[in-house]
Amino acid sequence: MAKRIDVNDLNVYYSKFLAVEGVSINIEPKSVTAFIGPSGCGKSTFLRTLNRMHEVIPGGRVEGQVLLDGDDLYGAGVDPVTVRSQIGMVFQRPNPFPTMSIKDNVLAGVKLNGQRISKSDADALVEKSLRGANLWNEVKDRLDKPGSGLSGGQQQRLCIARTIAVKPDVILMDEPCSALDPISTLAIEDLINELKNDYTVVIVTHNMQQAARVSDKTAFFNIAGTGKPGKLIEYNDTAAIFSNPEQKATEDYVSGRFG
Amino acid sequence: MSTMTTNQSNRPGVPTPPVRKRNSLAKGKLPKWAIWAIAAGAIIVGAAASTLTGFNVASFAIYSALIFLVAASVITTAAEGKRRGKNAMWTYLIYAAFIVAVIPLVSVLYTVLEKGMPGLNSHFLFSSMNGVTGAVDNESVANGTPVVGGAYHAVMGTLLITLWATLISVPVGMLTAVYLVEYGQGKALSKAITFFVDVMTGIPSIVAGLFAAAFFGMILGPNARMGIVAAVALSVLMIPTVVRSTEEMLKIVPNELREASFALGVRRWRTILKVVIPTAISGIASGVTLAIARVIGETAPILVTAGIASQINMNVFANWMSTLPTFIYYQILTPTSPTNIDPSVQRAWAAALLLIFMVMALNLIARLVASIFAPKKGR
Repeated sequence: MAKRIDVNDLNVYYSKFLAVEGVSINIEPKSVTAFIGPSGCGKSTFLRTLNRMHEVIPGGRVEGQVLLDGDDLYGAGVDPVTVRSQIGMVFQRPNPFPTMSIKDNVLAGVKLNGQRISKSDADALVEKSLRGANLWNEVKDRLDKPGSGLSGGQQQRLCIARTIAVKPDVILMDEPCSALDPISTLAIEDLINELKNDYTVVIVTHNMQQAARVSDKTAFFNIAGTGKPGKLIEYNDTAAIFSNPEQKATEDYVSGRFG
Repeated sequence: MSTMTTNQSNRPGVPTPPVRKRNSLAKGKLPKWAIWAIAAGAIIVGAAASTLTGFNVASFAIYSALIFLVAASVITTAAEGKRRGKNAMWTYLIYAAFIVAVIPLVSVLYTVLEKGMPGLNSHFLFSSMNGVTGAVDNESVANGTPVVGGAYHAVMGTLLITLWATLISVPVGMLTAVYLVEYGQGKALSKAITFFVDVMTGIPSIVAGLFAAAFFGMILGPNARMGIVAAVALSVLMIPTVVRSTEEMLKIVPNELREASFALGVRRWRTILKVVIPTAISGIASGVTLAIARVIGETAPILVTAGIASQINMNVFANWMSTLPTFIYYQILTPTSPTNIDPSVQRAWAAALLLIFMVMALNLIARLVASIFAPKKGR
């Protein structure tokens, strides 16, 4: 559980367009790393390269290395499906499967892969995952109801439960709170703090207070102008990024004097 | 409203203005009865105008409608202003268009019900035309006994041929749509398939029938007429419809669901099978049902591929078969008894009514299926 990620000089392309250029970053296990930066600077794109979701988009490809505990995700003969089962992802908009009950949503990673699981094991896994996502007490009486009937914040926690049910090493979160109200956001942030004990968490956020609250380290991405590639400007302890950044651009951004 | 007034009176020092008897915001509006008065006037004037040119129902209705349209817009313009006058004109024009569109439908339903009901009984439903000759018809007319002979063989033929056409078209059409949406995005092959599906949509049904007849004629020899050939002809007509509707349904499945599934480490084909298709299944099912409803009434391709039969044939792989449309066609064009055509006409109308019932049932089933499979929204 909880592996480290090392990225060496990664370039990310959409067909011919270079979206993110020359990113090198080391992400420690059992830590929370936040990616911040203006819209369109490539932080989500970069996040998606960490579990090979980027190549799902037609024309998406990368150059460079992403090492998960020393194994290159983009090495020859690596099956993206294996990568994604070890590096889970939570998306911006809560997206529970509308055809499935709450329980089946949690078990989706197991059942969709066609693995057989005994009823008692399934029940145990559902309870463990939902407890892990701080959702058990709210839904334990309606596990057979559709997941789409939950509130937005509950749906997002259901998506987190679904992700941790496949026992990944790393959890990537792409602006997990941007569609949620402050109370649901607080619930997710508390959860991220707990997830840190077992998983490596990487989170993209537009909310700098959130980055300051939840993360151990922060990476600031920026873009020189439209059509130019996004770059990693600064990567440091969160406290240092927010109180004593080395780069002028970082200081401008975190202090709100951007642009 | 009562809570609002109590709130206001509960606030000390804030005077509540009295409610005005005549609301000044509602000034310059025609009273509600005015439009009915205009309608009544238009009908009276319309009747008068129609009498001048020799009264008949059609001219009466057209004159009344035109007079009402003009009077209503002019009076509304005068009383309520230009904008509301235009609004009234377009509103009543759209009502008129709706009525014009519905008249033929109501008329068809009425005619078929009127002429088909007398012949639609259990004897008609459960017996075939086997052994029913002109002499039998002449006898029943002469003696005034009920008409003998029914459409059981045609009902069975319709069901079997349509079933086989569906069995052929649905897998082919659905797999094609899955390829187009999930695998073929932007590829040359998928563009070619889309083009040919569009071309297929425009194939006249008789051409599809001739194709199937020629194709099986080439393999099995010249007189290869049987149910399965008709089913192939119908599936040529059905496949493009199924492809199109399935494609549209798959396209509206949010990409987020595919990504969520991929991010759980699920393979693409499993994602399609377990996430994408279940999410879209209600739309796909109703699309398929509508495609069936579309081909169930085909006549020409059946005539050239399955021929005409008067006896029950449950085997689609041998011998000629009838369907309801060909049964109707044959009864009308070559009445069983050339001297007493009434029994044949009655059978044809009853079969037409039955066909309408079947198509309506299919449409209802489509709605039912869509609501059963639709993703649940319960809390």
